[in-house]
Amino acid sequence: MATLPCPPGALVDAYGPHPSREPPGGFAARGAADRRVQSHCCFCGQQCGMTLVVKDERVVGVEPWEEFPFNRGKLCPKGVKRYLQSNHPDRLLRPLLRTRRGFAPIPWDEALDRTAERFRRLQARHGPDAVAVLSGASLTNERAYLVGKLARVALGTRHVDYNGRLCMVAAGAANLKAFGIDRAANPWADLVATDLIFVLGANVSECSPITTDYIWRARDRGARLVVVDPRLTPIARTADLYLPVRPGRDVALLNAILHTVVRLGGVDQDFVARHTTGFEAVRAAIAGYAPEAVERLVGIPARRIVEAAELWTAAPRTMLLHARGIEHHTKGVDNVLACINLVLATGKIGKPGCGYATITGQGNGQGGREHGQRCNQLPGARDVENPVHRAEVAAAWGIPEAALPRKGYTAPQIVEAAHRGEIRGLLALCFNPVVSLPDARFTREALERLDWFVAIDFFLSETARHADLVLPGALHEEDDGTVTTVEGRVVRVRQAVAPPGEARRDWEIVCALAERLGHGPRFAFRTPREIFDELRAVSRGGTADYAGITYERIERSMGVFWPCPTEDHPGTPRLFEGGRFHHPDGRARFHAVAYRPPAEDVDAEYPIILTTGRVVSQFLSGTQTRRIGPLLDQYPAPRVEMHPALAARLGVADGETVRVVSRRGALTLAAQVVATIRPDTVFIPYHWPDGQSANRLTIRAYDPVAGIPELKVCAVRIERIAP
Amino acid sequence: MSRTLFVDPQRCIGCRACEQACSECPGHGGVSMIHLDYLARAASVQTAPTVCMHCADPACARVCPADAIEVDDDGVVLSAAPERCIGCGSCALACPFGVPKLDAARALMTKCDLCRDRTAVGRAPMCATVCPSGALFYGTPEEAEDGRRARPLARFRFGAETVATRNALMVPAAVDTVAVRHGVEAPRSRAERQLAECLW
Repeated sequence: MATLPCPPGALVDAYGPHPSREPPGGFAARGAADRRVQSHCCFCGQQCGMTLVVKDERVVGVEPWEEFPFNRGKLCPKGVKRYLQSNHPDRLLRPLLRTRRGFAPIPWDEALDRTAERFRRLQARHGPDAVAVLSGASLTNERAYLVGKLARVALGTRHVDYNGRLCMVAAGAANLKAFGIDRAANPWADLVATDLIFVLGANVSECSPITTDYIWRARDRGARLVVVDPRLTPIARTADLYLPVRPGRDVALLNAILHTVVRLGGVDQDFVARHTTGFEAVRAAIAGYAPEAVERLVGIPARRIVEAAELWTAAPRTMLLHARGIEHHTKGVDNVLACINLVLATGKIGKPGCGYATITGQGNGQGGREHGQRCNQLPGARDVENPVHRAEVAAAWGIPEAALPRKGYTAPQIVEAAHRGEIRGLLALCFNPVVSLPDARFTREALERLDWFVAIDFFLSETARHADLVLPGALHEEDDGTVTTVEGRVVRVRQAVAPPGEARRDWEIVCALAERLGHGPRFAFRTPREIFDELRAVSRGGTADYAGITYERIERSMGVFWPCPTEDHPGTPRLFEGGRFHHPDGRARFHAVAYRPPAEDVDAEYPIILTTGRVVSQFLSGTQTRRIGPLLDQYPAPRVEMHPALAARLGVADGETVRVVSRRGALTLAAQVVATIRPDTVFIPYHWPDGQSANRLTIRAYDPVAGIPELKVCAVRIERIAP
Repeated sequence: MSRTLFVDPQRCIGCRACEQACSECPGHGGVSMIHLDYLARAASVQTAPTVCMHCADPACARVCPADAIEVDDDGVVLSAAPERCIGCGSCALACPFGVPKLDAARALMTKCDLCRDRTAVGRAPMCATVCPSGALFYGTPEEAEDGRRARPLARFRFGAETVATRNALMVPAAVDTVAVRHGVEAPRSRAERQLAECLW
């Protein structure tokens, strides 16, 4: 049931976003710290180490933690200012029940009783799967594990999925197919030791800024840099070779590069024969992809494609990195497989300074996808449909295997099922689909049709505005736990302060809910460490084996790389050494992939390609970063980036307000005319809601394997606003 | 030579971590003493931080009618002494790099003092500590040059005047002075040329 309880303006007045600009009492009042707590950033998957400054039981600042080896004190602007989310006037401090005029506080016991009772009533009437859980990859491993267990054991629904569906799933599915394991193959230290860094669809300088330092240190040693991106991003500006690919044509480009590598004799025949299967099918599949044959399609002159193949072939050691730019597609999995084909065909993996990684986006983008909050997965990165895996996890949880729900819907499918009335109840946390899913109007409609929607959140996100009941959760700095970084390194997040007001730590809320759902004994955790110890035990024997990782070991060695099956195992910074992959036969798999056009290509009516992404000062749906004033000042509102040649054709001047129209909706915003983007493509960052939401325009089209949305290509037209 | 700050605009990614971290200093909370600019955003994403270069013979101190700007024993040019500064803004006009800013409300000039509180105890200034790309680096000239595709340069020519500085700019070519001129269009980078030849 949830149209907004009152006009959006009234909700903004009451709950924000309001920008916070200073520590409590101002900078002058900050004074000497009471204590300092070494922890990690609450934002992206780099998980930079940082020191939180605590004064009067409040986090009042951030200092560099120069001893943490990954970032050595380096931070991006989000990390520097993240403390401004603490002590924030918008913070939710009590459970809120929607009323006819807005939200009204209610006691915790009543909120939890109602939540459990309403979910149970819906399940009694419509079946267990009428209630779904949407979660997020910013949660610690402990919380992510517990959310999966809550859904499958306490609620007994098969529909649990997370916002990593918009992030890591294309890479994850492709890695699993090719390698039998889903994790960056190399630690970041290998970037510094390589001869060529090949970056595809990764705006490294804005979305994983610390990686820039690794790339430059490699270049200091003489490494070359190739960047594939439709926008000339800051990291692309100085590249040795820049390939401005037309959005949605990555498979054709990658097949053409491999085609050329084969022609140049760059295939490592010995490696292919000994450590892989399926190369002949790939060789056949790429036969038609000569650079000259695809240059018009991919939008890059053939000689540049050849140059990329020459650089790749000539470099003894290479590191290939990609991110959402090639993954947010209806062929996201194919794009990643095409990258892996290039790596495998040339045997460039599993060695020092030589390998491959996807750059995880979210804070716990790696760990958040391993321990059972995904619709197709159980803890330890096990497969929910694999009978052996099911039996292992059911035994660990003390339930019959038959009682363990089977594979459920992906996050976008959950929203679609809510829209058609099949899913009637929803518990959501750490996910703001109204801003982050494509076709925002549809997402809002779906939430409005729910009978009972409970959101756990620390701020009233645009999604939580639609909830019947909002439970106040905890910030990153208010809880202990672990996260798994972009490298596969498990690190410790440390609690610096207690949650304010009546806000509770998410795992405490989950345990209290489980108790009311009749599963208290299975959720009798008193600390995050107890949850982690259960996670370790349950992950034992799985692909993502954390059994040997303890809080003490993490503290001692500044993180431990999984797989780490026993306490005397050193952990595994580099995968695939000696060409040993994780399929039962030890071999990697090639997958032949063919180019397919985007779900919605340009035409006469909608002649311009829209691609979306991020800016350095904002993070994902902006629930936190749109509340931090100095970050908003850096880039206050979305603009549509377009090339001067396109602007001239449209008659649009820099700064002029234009209407961007797709088949889903329209957006009115300022044009930014810059020669750093392909002339056939425009770009809008997606961090904003409502009338500033790029996802009003994007399309509900998904990768058939991974279910990741095609956020990087759809068709739009641009109209001048009549003067 | 002792350690100082090296600015390598080639590496700058425009993230503004330097400004955000500088603005956390309790001495000037909320205001950054380092400034980041796009050089010509319509044409390029090239950005560059501007920070006090700590001139050997600082024009700001020379022109100050109140003798408010001191140079310490390490050659660091300090912010105006609040008890002396008359807020006339002469320093801001005189500085060839455009560094000193006038806080009109307080009638006081403020500028980068190379994080004296940090450098005095052997730590790097905050901007160079957080800079995620190494565009700001604190160390010796030998460390700055080690391996980089650029060398440090601490002499600038503005018209007829040559200015020697404590901090250095990392420049790609073997030149001994940077001639600062106005209105010169920067040559396009290789990547910028490669974008211009894309097929569409």
